[in-house]
Amino acid sequence: MFISPLPDRRTVAGAELELLIKGEGQPLLLLHAGHGIEERDPLIERLSKHYKVIAPSHPGFGNSPRPDEIDTVDDIVYVYLDLIEDLGLTDIVLVGISFGGWIAAELAIKGSGRFSKMVLIDPVGVKFGDRETRDIFDIYSTTIDDIPGLFFADREKGMTALGQLDFQNMDEDAVARFARNREALLLYGWSPTLYNPKLKGRLHRIKVPTLVLWGADDSVVSAEYGRKYADAIPGAQFEVIEKAGHYGYLEQPAAFADKIETFLKS
Amino acid sequence: MEFWHFSEQSMHPAWDKIDGPTKVLVDNRFCDPEVAHQLYNRYLDEWVIADKLGYNIFVNEHHASANCMSASCLLTLAILARQTERARLLCLGVPITNRTDPYRVAEELAMIDVISGGRLEIGLVKASPFELAMSNQSPARIMDRYWEAHDFVVKALTHKGGPFSWEGRFYNYRNVNVWPRPMQQPMPPMWITASGASTGRRIAQLGYVCATFFNGAGTRPLFDAYKDEFLKTHGRPAPIDRFAYLAISVCGRNEKEVSERIAKMKPYLDVQPRTPKGWTNPPGYETSELNAMALKKGVKGRINFGLPPNPTRKDMADGGIMFAGTPDELYDQITSFSDRAGGVGHLLMLGQAGYLSHEETVDSMTLFANEVAPRLREYARSKNAELTAAA
Repeated sequence: MFISPLPDRRTVAGAELELLIKGEGQPLLLLHAGHGIEERDPLIERLSKHYKVIAPSHPGFGNSPRPDEIDTVDDIVYVYLDLIEDLGLTDIVLVGISFGGWIAAELAIKGSGRFSKMVLIDPVGVKFGDRETRDIFDIYSTTIDDIPGLFFADREKGMTALGQLDFQNMDEDAVARFARNREALLLYGWSPTLYNPKLKGRLHRIKVPTLVLWGADDSVVSAEYGRKYADAIPGAQFEVIEKAGHYGYLEQPAAFADKIETFLKS
Repeated sequence: MEFWHFSEQSMHPAWDKIDGPTKVLVDNRFCDPEVAHQLYNRYLDEWVIADKLGYNIFVNEHHASANCMSASCLLTLAILARQTERARLLCLGVPITNRTDPYRVAEELAMIDVISGGRLEIGLVKASPFELAMSNQSPARIMDRYWEAHDFVVKALTHKGGPFSWEGRFYNYRNVNVWPRPMQQPMPPMWITASGASTGRRIAQLGYVCATFFNGAGTRPLFDAYKDEFLKTHGRPAPIDRFAYLAISVCGRNEKEVSERIAKMKPYLDVQPRTPKGWTNPPGYETSELNAMALKKGVKGRINFGLPPNPTRKDMADGGIMFAGTPDELYDQITSFSDRAGGVGHLLMLGQAGYLSHEETVDSMTLFANEVAPRLREYARSKNAELTAAA
């Protein structure tokens, strides 16, 4: 999720982004989850066979610096609106995972005519429950050792995705990326915890065909929450994938890619 | 040397009933309000006695904790401002990174200073990482927030005239107008806590008292950095009254009393670190660079006391964790530690910890005040002459 850096760099509106551009075809902007992204991501591997995947590290994540004035999800959204214009992208497939799904939803409600379809994978960003009921697990009260068990259905797959959490034998750059990802995820999502109170009331503005995919065993945000999320987006489809946790796309990349490709071809 | 009586106002009768963390997540049914009532009043009585014995007073705060029931150091000080007569009143500290409203902090500080007749000493602290669970303030950019709140409180307390406005990164006020102003002008003495050299240098630039808690061998590099920076900034050597050190301190007449008192206080060292694992170091509380370095070295949490397993009395005294002994032994332990640290001008004394009873606490305080404090004052005078002549 974080171990290898992304090969390309691009500066938009003062924000320098590391990014991966891979494949040919319709542009697919992939917005990564809160624990980051790396070059050899299995979902990107698959999607880049048919699409031109553009996958940046959000400001503050990976090796993307965070300019001091960028400190909210809204700020990230404006960086990506600039990036899209800067790259001259149109007819974009927008894919957002977890924290990146929140960013994608915020991008979509801003109504850029440049998106053609959207896929949200276990996104956060919305609150449905009452004031005394949490929808989103308080990930900030956990330890590093809790990550594989909490974010993956199969802890062992989580350990693999996270380099066995063997920081002592990792490259310094990978350890730095891991630490920066954790800090950035906290900065943007601390409180209210991983949601924007305004977003629920704005999801009706999403005009592009949307697929919401969910890991059946997601312990951070339940599949029930996912269904509410999909119901709040006009016409959105909702599908659940078995044996998949919050980061199920890393556990079952082929199953997720199949669903995404079928949806995009429809 | 100045002596500061300190107690964490703990709910120690509940400790052995609690399985797991003693803070943040601990069930509040372990805190019987009847017992808390007796304990609060007992601890306040001990501070009142400390005042009469010639000690100064030091209070702290924590939240959701069986280790410390003081949910507001300024509430405790407000009571003591009225109930004591001579003691300096130190809050160490107000966790300004956890307070959403530093204006209110400035008002409360000024009020205590005025009620006490100008006896307030102000400590502003970053606070422990687990406090962020309760305050809900972000661990990210915590030091940026700290310094803005600090600058705001200083301006609010020192400003004379009509209202001013403040439109900062973290705090926004249209009409700041502190009534009353503090009695001590331009403002009460300031303290900041530190454990490492870089913070020490910043405190030195400001000329504030540098306090460090249970820091052991880390104290010397901290105080050396402070001295170096103080000399550069102010053009004179830092006097001994710029250096404060906190340890458990207990005195007894003989070996039997001393070992009984140590046995009652030592559980503090085991209970104090019982923090839920997820709250020992939330991302952002330390910089990502420091966190990355710690991960690379295989360090997964903050270490609380750095003592060997089953520490001896000597381990605890040499490590600056607990000074315990007869008056002569205490004098030796404290002067020896102070010499190694480069000079301690304020001894912050955790004089009640663990299961030490009221009678034992008061007896220990009295013995120390009569038989150790005068000698240590003499020691500090000559140490100060040495420090200030060093340039």
